[in-house]
Amino acid sequence: MNGADALLQSLIDHGLTTIFGYPGGAVIPLYDALTARPEIRHVLTRHEQGAAHAAEGWAKATGKVGVCLATSGPGATNLVTGLADAMLDSVPLLAITGNVARHLLGTDAFQEADITGITLPVTKHNYLVRRADDLPRILAEAVSVASGGRPGPVLIDIPKDVQLEAFTGSFCPPRPRPSVGTVSEEYIEQAKALLRGARRPVLVVGGGAQEASFEITRLARAWNLPTITTLMGLGIFPAADPLWLGMPGMHGSVAANRSISESDLLIGVGMRFDDRVTGRISGFAPKAQIIHVDIDASELGKLVRTHLGLRGEASDVAARLAEGAEPQNLHPWWEKIREWKGRQVAHAAWGAGQAIGFLCGQLAENDILATDVGQHQMLAAQLARFQRPRRWLTSGGLGTMGFGLPAALGAALAAPDCRTVAIVGDGGFQMTMQELATLKRYDIPVKLAILNNSYLGMVRQWQEMFNDRRYSEVYIGESNPDFGILAKAYGIPSWRATDASELAGTVPSWLSCPGPALLEVVVPNEHAVFPMVPQGAALSEMIEDDPAAVQA
Amino acid sequence: MSERLLSVIVQDEPRVLTRISGLFARRNFNIKSLSVGRTEQRGVSRMTIVVEGDDRVVDQARQQLEKLVDVIRVIDHREEKYVDRELVLVKVRIEGPDQRVEIRHIAEDFRARIVDVGRRALVFEVTGDEGKITAFIEQMRPFGILETMRTGRIALTRGSNAEIQSQRYAPGPSQTLEPILPPSPSSKESV
Repeated sequence: MNGADALLQSLIDHGLTTIFGYPGGAVIPLYDALTARPEIRHVLTRHEQGAAHAAEGWAKATGKVGVCLATSGPGATNLVTGLADAMLDSVPLLAITGNVARHLLGTDAFQEADITGITLPVTKHNYLVRRADDLPRILAEAVSVASGGRPGPVLIDIPKDVQLEAFTGSFCPPRPRPSVGTVSEEYIEQAKALLRGARRPVLVVGGGAQEASFEITRLARAWNLPTITTLMGLGIFPAADPLWLGMPGMHGSVAANRSISESDLLIGVGMRFDDRVTGRISGFAPKAQIIHVDIDASELGKLVRTHLGLRGEASDVAARLAEGAEPQNLHPWWEKIREWKGRQVAHAAWGAGQAIGFLCGQLAENDILATDVGQHQMLAAQLARFQRPRRWLTSGGLGTMGFGLPAALGAALAAPDCRTVAIVGDGGFQMTMQELATLKRYDIPVKLAILNNSYLGMVRQWQEMFNDRRYSEVYIGESNPDFGILAKAYGIPSWRATDASELAGTVPSWLSCPGPALLEVVVPNEHAVFPMVPQGAALSEMIEDDPAAVQA
Repeated sequence: MSERLLSVIVQDEPRVLTRISGLFARRNFNIKSLSVGRTEQRGVSRMTIVVEGDDRVVDQARQQLEKLVDVIRVIDHREEKYVDRELVLVKVRIEGPDQRVEIRHIAEDFRARIVDVGRRALVFEVTGDEGKITAFIEQMRPFGILETMRTGRIALTRGSNAEIQSQRYAPGPSQTLEPILPPSPSSKESV
């Protein structure tokens, strides 16, 4: 047995049997060992970035560690965007890279890159393996680091000769999830006292509460709390519940942003007060006392002054806060909120908003929706109604264009019983569209909708609003491919809709097509996403509706 | 700007210094000095870092440090009594016998040791706290300082070793004695 075999055995021991990867010179021993391991399913993507995002999609849909594999040098550097994305969205990701042989390290050898150095700031931790016998221990530790506490990406770099070295060590069983300790009862009581005293409370739930959906829902209902889910938290609290106010932040709902601005108590659980959520931080929740619950102690007090910072598991804290709840009379507060909830953006009869609203309306409760980044992403976040966690896959922190298609592919393989739909823009799609080949090869039934407005729409919107319509390098319509012919070239069936009735007519056959399917939705070029909090403004200064539409 | 002293006990892994200095650079924390050396325990190194910034910045730096996998423990010396020292080597120009005598007198006042004697220069070793070292350098400046090298501050928490079983480098609260301050307000989080 050599190092490569030992690594694969260790992956199997940890239940990590799907690998998204791309071969190359420095990982030939690993790919050779794969041929004798039918337990492991290797999914060949067409670019290492695709492998990283697919592994992220897998991890986001399941909560388990996603695995990607690449060769040294350019293979490894192509993973970096995915690692950075996973770092900012706290996705448990394990990246395995090959490297040049040990005696060549540091000599600028062919396809050598100092990937442990390069990925230092975008991984939770990384390892350069120097002996084959270390592999099982390092893998066990890496999986524990990736999935423990606040999850994140971990990279293991294995020189080629370590893969080939004879293995004489022993294997390590998976480690139990490290405990973070519980919040003392004294602090829970303090939080409850704040809840009892609050007349305008809000609960803000982020992606860190992904495993606490049940407890969060109990907490909200027990105290009758208006509940807001961040972009990463969509689905953790059921959208059908009348307590739900939508998403906060730059493109958040009127109800979410206004209630945060007026609240006297804000309870943030598993969220990190990102600038896209808070707007100008000095104007964020100016009247509120803030209780912040997070598993990562360094988040407490990092950006906002918290009155009570509780380090712990979201599920544990939420469950204990729900226990013995004494719901207060919040009648006047709810009156106000109901008025805000009534203020919704009116979408034109045909446009990206209408189209995405229609597509989201076709989704069943168990469907997974992945998006790319930009206007379509914000519209989907506003319009989709998720009732469960891990049904919404999007690149939040890093905002990675090109994320949608490969992430959907990974999720579809992770959850074969769920239908997976991806909504992408014409810009972002072209950043990772080579993964159509992966869909085809494994017949992965992703339903891909391309919202084609011929623009890099979000940047165009900013240029329209803040740069006097000086459109700079955002029009891509003249050179977009014919997406239907492109799909055909990959052997994937496609549909096209250019108005609302065509969309209604094509969507059923697109969604019910058994394998991968592409739908191009051609929408008017210039549209903007509202509500919007301009950069540097406070949430209370939000523009509630399209000024153009309001005038008209 | 205020400064605070942190001791960081780390696994002696490759790149551990890069991880720590990279964290400080990336997150915009200022390091005034950083000293690092091995400990009596194999595979474990210890750093003393002087961090500049207000309490919020330094608390954040400390919490980010605690997240690093190779960091075993961070000791915040604000929370416990400590001793700290700095060592400096100073090469001073000599321009005649009178000066030599005068310089040696000053050095005696500072308990500075002469570690190298040249015809035209003396090298002194001074140990002490930061203030003493700075004062020594200022005293020598008029004679002409040719070179200096300072180690940066190094610190240990106080406490009689006899009362501590043995300093084991395990994560968790310090086993040393004499805490002088209650936990800072920002570390109100329960652990």
